[in-house]
Amino acid sequence: MSKLFNIKEDRSLFPEKNEHGKIDIDLSSHKYLKMWHGPQHPGITGNMSLEITLLGDEVMDCETHVGYLHRGFEKLMERRKYIQCFPIVCRVSVPEPDFNEYCFAAAMEELAGIEIPETAKWLRTLVLEMARLASYLMWIGGQAGAFGQGIIGQWTNYLRDSMLDRFEELTGGRVYHMYIIPGGVRGLLPAGFKQRMEENLKFIEQMMQDVDKVMFNNAVFKKRSVDMGIIEKDWIYKFGITGPNARAAGIPLDVRKDNPYLAYPELDFETITASHSDIYNRADLRRKDLLLSIDLIRQIMAKMPDGGEIRAETPNVLHWKVPKGETYSKAECTRGEYGYYMVADGTEYPRRINVRGPSYTHAVSLLEKMIINCNLADIAGLMVSLHTYPPEIER
Amino acid sequence: MKEIINKIEKLYPISDFKQQNDKTALLTVEQDKAVDLLIYMQKFEGFKHLAILTAVDWIENNQFQLSYIINNPELKMDLILRVFIDREKAEMTSIHNLWEQAATYQRELKEMFGINFPNSPRVDKPFILEGWDGLPPYRRDFDTKKYSEDTYFPREGRTKNNPVEYMKQKLYPDE
Repeated sequence: MSKLFNIKEDRSLFPEKNEHGKIDIDLSSHKYLKMWHGPQHPGITGNMSLEITLLGDEVMDCETHVGYLHRGFEKLMERRKYIQCFPIVCRVSVPEPDFNEYCFAAAMEELAGIEIPETAKWLRTLVLEMARLASYLMWIGGQAGAFGQGIIGQWTNYLRDSMLDRFEELTGGRVYHMYIIPGGVRGLLPAGFKQRMEENLKFIEQMMQDVDKVMFNNAVFKKRSVDMGIIEKDWIYKFGITGPNARAAGIPLDVRKDNPYLAYPELDFETITASHSDIYNRADLRRKDLLLSIDLIRQIMAKMPDGGEIRAETPNVLHWKVPKGETYSKAECTRGEYGYYMVADGTEYPRRINVRGPSYTHAVSLLEKMIINCNLADIAGLMVSLHTYPPEIER
Repeated sequence: MKEIINKIEKLYPISDFKQQNDKTALLTVEQDKAVDLLIYMQKFEGFKHLAILTAVDWIENNQFQLSYIINNPELKMDLILRVFIDREKAEMTSIHNLWEQAATYQRELKEMFGINFPNSPRVDKPFILEGWDGLPPYRRDFDTKKYSEDTYFPREGRTKNNPVEYMKQKLYPDE
């Protein structure tokens, strides 16, 4: 397929580079145009802007600008008790807040030496997979929309909304759930939840067949995405690339497999990889990952205990002094490795919390490299294919 | 992990080794040998992935702690490498040649903690804050409350209540 659509010449040879491997840009020559792409634009969930230099409609140079969403989360958390950090952590990444909640709670439990009950483990895994599914559904709409297929966005956002109904049923919240708390989770599954979830999953599977026909088999989408925005295999560790962006290049990086947490060791799944990380393959890999999530939710609901303890005994959360120490807890979110580095100094307040969002590496150093020689009209598609959320960059 | 530690403790001045859990270990290394150790770990021990580079402000000891979290994808191990640097002369060797994304982390650390990384690309350019010339805001001695009181002003028509007094008045007005 790549041969069929490979009609582009090697643009990376134009224009010529100097001995430092850079292009000499002389703005006074009137050959180049400097423009801002963003902060509000179709390529990303949130606000982030690119300062791009164009030659015709081709990008010659780019610099990422962030800071439009900076609320100083990490500093705020240093001034709050551990439990008061929970309304903050979920806002670090809006479409999938549960990974933040899990990583924060897991780091706290590890430092405090708390083991969570078996049922809570399964419920946490369920919520994380539901968040993954909802986030992927939102992403597919974005990727299709960036290449002019607005209808896919309407379909998949409808599907995401149906997942948010399940979240509302389970947690009481649609976007921010605050369901995972230190020591366990907040509640058991409501009556009839499994059946409604199964109906929901069937509906998503059915609609995904339509998405497959209209988006992934669409000639326009293929022409614009095949061989576009390639991530080389040897960039993976050099740029700190994780998640589907790395897996599409053939490196099976998946925290669920590499560093199994919660109930993942008991689930039967294989890490999905591809051999050529261009926009099309990354999109296809995410579609497969979405279907894997559906399978995992089914496995979780079949294997999980029906009742039992959901919360371990913890000290009074308002006076909880977490013992001195430091740790790094991580989970696999839709975009890659999500991590919380927590330093406790033995008081009621965290000493330092640092959030590792995958967008931090993908949207700055990697994007600035990949965007060179990209057509102005393809920038949005390229940015969506990296799947970035700017609040993670400027926590 | 223990084998690697046995090997590197003969080569580098390391201390405070701690196995945090079966997948994570902690280690402290002297400042002048830290980058050497990172190069060794990356090239020879397979710690190819840099997950985090961040700082902790230990103002009471007049020190910054730089934490490099590196990962070995084969062994599936994380190593938190701690380096303590002087808070008054906050400067560290850049590692942007080892990992490209380190330049972004270092740029952020320069802005938020005032830790300098000479020769790191664009390290002096503002990253998140624009036109900031005060104390780097993530330092412990930066007072967020004072900053907001100095920078912003209270909106008209807003009153402040002591919650204890206010609720007492509201619930038991006769007492």
